[in-house]
Amino acid sequence: MDLGTLVSGTLTDTIDVSVPLFRTELAIAASVVIVLLCRMLPVLRWLDSGVVALGGAAFALAYAWADFQAAGSVRQELFGGLLVFDSLTASIRVLLAGFLVLYLMFTRISGIPDREDAADFSALVLGATLGMCLMASANHLLMVFMAVEMASVPSYALAGFLKGRKASSEAALKYAVYGAGAAGIMLYGISLLGGVTGSFHLPTMAVEIGRIVAAGGDGKVLVLVLGGLMLAVGLAFKLSAVPFHFWCPDVFEGAAAEVGAFLSVASKAAAVALTLRIVFGLGTLPAGVVDADAAAGLADARHFMVYLVGGMAAITCTLGNLAAYGQTNMKRLLAYSTVAHAGYLMMGVAAATALAGVHPANARQAVSALTFYLATYLFMNLAAFAIVAVLRNRLRSEEIAAYAGLVRTSPGMVVAAAVVLVSLIGLPPLAGFIAKFLVFSSLVQAITLTSERPLMLVLLVIGGINTVISLFYYLRVLKVMTFDPPAEDHYVEPPSAVSLAGWYITAVAVPVVVFGILWSGLYDFAQMAGTFAS
Amino acid sequence: MTPADALSQPALWPLTAIVFLPALVAAVLSLPIIPKAREEAIRWIALATTAVVFVLSLWMAWPGLFGARGPAQFTVGEPGMQLVVSRPWIPSFNIEYLLGVDGISMPLVVLTTFLSMLACAASWPITKHIKAYHVLFLLLETGMLGVFVSLDFFLFYVFWEVMLLPMYFLIGIWGGPRREYAAIKFFLYTLLGSVLMLIAILMLYFTSDLRMLSPEQLVASHAAVDAAAARQITEATEPVHTFNLLALAELGQLKNSPFAAASIRGVSLEVWAFLLLLIGFVIKVPVVPVHTWLPDAHVEAPTPISMILAGVLLKLGGYGILRICYPICPGGGLALAWLVCGLGVVSMVYGAFAALAQKDFKRMVAYSSVSHMGYVMLGLGVWSAVGANGFDPDYWAQGVNGAMFQMLAHGFSSAGMFFMVGVLYDRVHHRNLEEFGGIFNRMPVYASLAVAVFFAGLGLPGLCGFIGEVLVTLSAWNYSRWLAVISAFTVILTAAYILWAIQRVYLGAEYKGPDGDHLTPMTGRELAIATPLVFLAILFGVAPQLLFNYVTPTVNRQVETLAAWTREVHPDFPGQPALAPAASAASTAPARALAED
Repeated sequence: MDLGTLVSGTLTDTIDVSVPLFRTELAIAASVVIVLLCRMLPVLRWLDSGVVALGGAAFALAYAWADFQAAGSVRQELFGGLLVFDSLTASIRVLLAGFLVLYLMFTRISGIPDREDAADFSALVLGATLGMCLMASANHLLMVFMAVEMASVPSYALAGFLKGRKASSEAALKYAVYGAGAAGIMLYGISLLGGVTGSFHLPTMAVEIGRIVAAGGDGKVLVLVLGGLMLAVGLAFKLSAVPFHFWCPDVFEGAAAEVGAFLSVASKAAAVALTLRIVFGLGTLPAGVVDADAAAGLADARHFMVYLVGGMAAITCTLGNLAAYGQTNMKRLLAYSTVAHAGYLMMGVAAATALAGVHPANARQAVSALTFYLATYLFMNLAAFAIVAVLRNRLRSEEIAAYAGLVRTSPGMVVAAAVVLVSLIGLPPLAGFIAKFLVFSSLVQAITLTSERPLMLVLLVIGGINTVISLFYYLRVLKVMTFDPPAEDHYVEPPSAVSLAGWYITAVAVPVVVFGILWSGLYDFAQMAGTFAS
Repeated sequence: MTPADALSQPALWPLTAIVFLPALVAAVLSLPIIPKAREEAIRWIALATTAVVFVLSLWMAWPGLFGARGPAQFTVGEPGMQLVVSRPWIPSFNIEYLLGVDGISMPLVVLTTFLSMLACAASWPITKHIKAYHVLFLLLETGMLGVFVSLDFFLFYVFWEVMLLPMYFLIGIWGGPRREYAAIKFFLYTLLGSVLMLIAILMLYFTSDLRMLSPEQLVASHAAVDAAAARQITEATEPVHTFNLLALAELGQLKNSPFAAASIRGVSLEVWAFLLLLIGFVIKVPVVPVHTWLPDAHVEAPTPISMILAGVLLKLGGYGILRICYPICPGGGLALAWLVCGLGVVSMVYGAFAALAQKDFKRMVAYSSVSHMGYVMLGLGVWSAVGANGFDPDYWAQGVNGAMFQMLAHGFSSAGMFFMVGVLYDRVHHRNLEEFGGIFNRMPVYASLAVAVFFAGLGLPGLCGFIGEVLVTLSAWNYSRWLAVISAFTVILTAAYILWAIQRVYLGAEYKGPDGDHLTPMTGRELAIATPLVFLAILFGVAPQLLFNYVTPTVNRQVETLAAWTREVHPDFPGQPALAPAASAASTAPARALAED
């Protein structure tokens, strides 16, 4: 092959195939540039960077939605196999872009960042989201690493965004140090895996892993296991899974509630998508490859992954819920709640992995369950953090005790909080229940259909018990808001009857109710996301 | 929806209105249209709503009460499911908005609407946050009614859980001194039960396969609208899962039931599912040893909520066992009959002794509920017993009919008892049994009504409590003589604690406790609540057939179906338990030996 064909081939691939399917990311990237230019060029000073960012996000959402509708069962590798466009990419992008729009509105309403810092803040948020979109579509381990870093580095800066506050700087430092450590380990794992299989391209690696495991014997399998574990460390850090969750409560407590919302929703969605990418990418044979040996080897590899993810899920969920019990700070409580929900999500990932390759149709349902979970989680947690932020602005406190007797002064806010928290427990008729119901469904399917029955049974029981445990701490917040008398000396700014923040919280809390009752439409969306698995 | 649907499903709007009207009014009330300060208006709106729902349910249950019989009215004496409403809800999971009533649920629906109306009227002494109280109260009513009429397991579960949160707040905000503890305890126990139930629901759903049913069965169980739709199901290539309770029951009673075929750790799924569901339901009933939430919740709850708790919420457990556990997992019921009966008798005796020991009037009434609901469990449990009577379903039918009657009768009598305690508490603000006495002289009208209600609870012949207890005790004789003897003796304990309480509270020379000058006669509102309860307690004691006309056809048919199922699937049951986990075989052995001599 001469250079000319290589160049023209690459050009065709890039311009004709890849770029059109990459326009969501391009829109975000363009808005980052414009936002930064706004700050630098005096000519553009008059532009409100927040509006620019919002516009960029809206464009991204429109593109993501258009791509989603065209996705179907397409699987298209982009940029020479570095990225892949399929139903998962498309739907996670929709979620991320949709979240971005809602989130940027929220930050404008809540007043952090102030106008001075808005440009920096928007640029960081947009940049991190760009990284997260890449996480959802990574098809190559190098890309996995780059995407994770691209999502993480702006997050470190966001965590330290409240510049004057010591806690905030400490949070940022802690986050960055943990992140760097996890990234290092992950990179080492990636190099081990790449070294053994001779490739970083996930589908190619899958075939090779299958063959190596099937052949067994020499130390290669051990190296694979080691590499896999190290890769898992990086993912666990992003998922805030136990025992790599330590950064989570401190960062959430130290950083502004707005940053917490971003990290808990967007970062989680991307991390789950990336985990799915890796377990499906490394655990199943690419379409069209028929190789009995490799298939048998991959079954073993999947078994390993199911136990790894499932075991972590059980510990994460239980520990998150137990630790949340003792919290007195609302943001810390929500941080542990995030950890616990990561556990439920990982249970779903374990079920999906167990079903993958054995019952593709059911694996698809399991992925749909996860997508549904992420979609409802978006509204639940955004609303929860929005409430925290609004109450912080009013009460000047984020302690749960400060919410005492809130029902007297702002009953509407308490109703919204009740909806959100009860949905986080997972009680009908709210969306959180449906999400949990779907994840538990996929566990039951894995019990009835796969050989991973014992683990899945354990996960189902642990998931159920955790639901009961979580009741305590979510209800405690509601209890303080409703049962307890308000503190005498605490100054409370009287709420205005109709406020923008109130409308915003209503707007994000209403879907929590609606998707709990009429969830057919959202489930259809989620089912589209699962298409790639079958 | 199309007009054709309305014609083919005449009960669509009436049933929907019965269930959702309270929630709708609650939603409207919670909007800031009506100012909080208009307390009287809010009270009347809530009362009017419950009254409308009651009249609507009575109209449906009692054909010919208001003029000519309409198509959306219940046919008394017809055993099957009636007035079925079926609309698709979540097609990808085959979840339907499936409602219907039969002889088991119809009386319970009317009981619920009736008690809700009375409880709403009893809410006048509530003075704190009137608006929030009534919103939550109406939401609670929707949840309770929804449970009784839903025939889709998913829908059932949703309604089941919808009750929890309003109840939590109703106890936690308007309750007594230890309200927070009582509220969270109630919530926690029930949630634990419902999580187990959810696991069972999912297991049953994913094991079910509608293709195993014949087209006739599919149409009869409302899983398919017509023969064409049924054929479409039977010809499907993939398993067709279902949440339809009627279809699940058909599947569970097949000779090659998928639930009996699947097994986990060597025990069949139907036994597991029965056990998980049973735990979920008996927590609500409640039986010993998961009853401890009940005394706390009942005592701390405000009077109207205690009425609802005792009158309706406890029945949900018994209803669930009857409607779901036995028909869907008959094998589990057969294997675990000893457990259900044993729990029933233990609760009966324990509840009675505990009631004897109480110093707090309300707590005593609460424990009497534990004891009385024990009869319900025993009556439901003897159902599965076959013994030496050669699959004779008569005794089972007697037991289940007795249990159903006991549930309804207890609904009236326990709500009445809690109300009577509440009337006294509103006046003197204590409930200490030791400090009462002489109420008869001070409040003669109240005292005579109260004594009548307490006698109904005691199970005096001629009052409603008697019928259920006697039927259950008689039916238990053929299952296990020991259990029958114990349950008969419990009546003496019941008499002891109730008569002792009557003596300490109403009799005696004069009232010496605190706030004696507040012992004013009953108000008109209180009379209007107490009188119907007393009247019905007497009416159903004298003319039990008024209720049996509804209950018996459905219960008898269900029992006969299950008797036929036992004969077909477990012909050798008394000799050789086929489902045979070793433990259950050993435990049923003494009972069998007794029944055979």
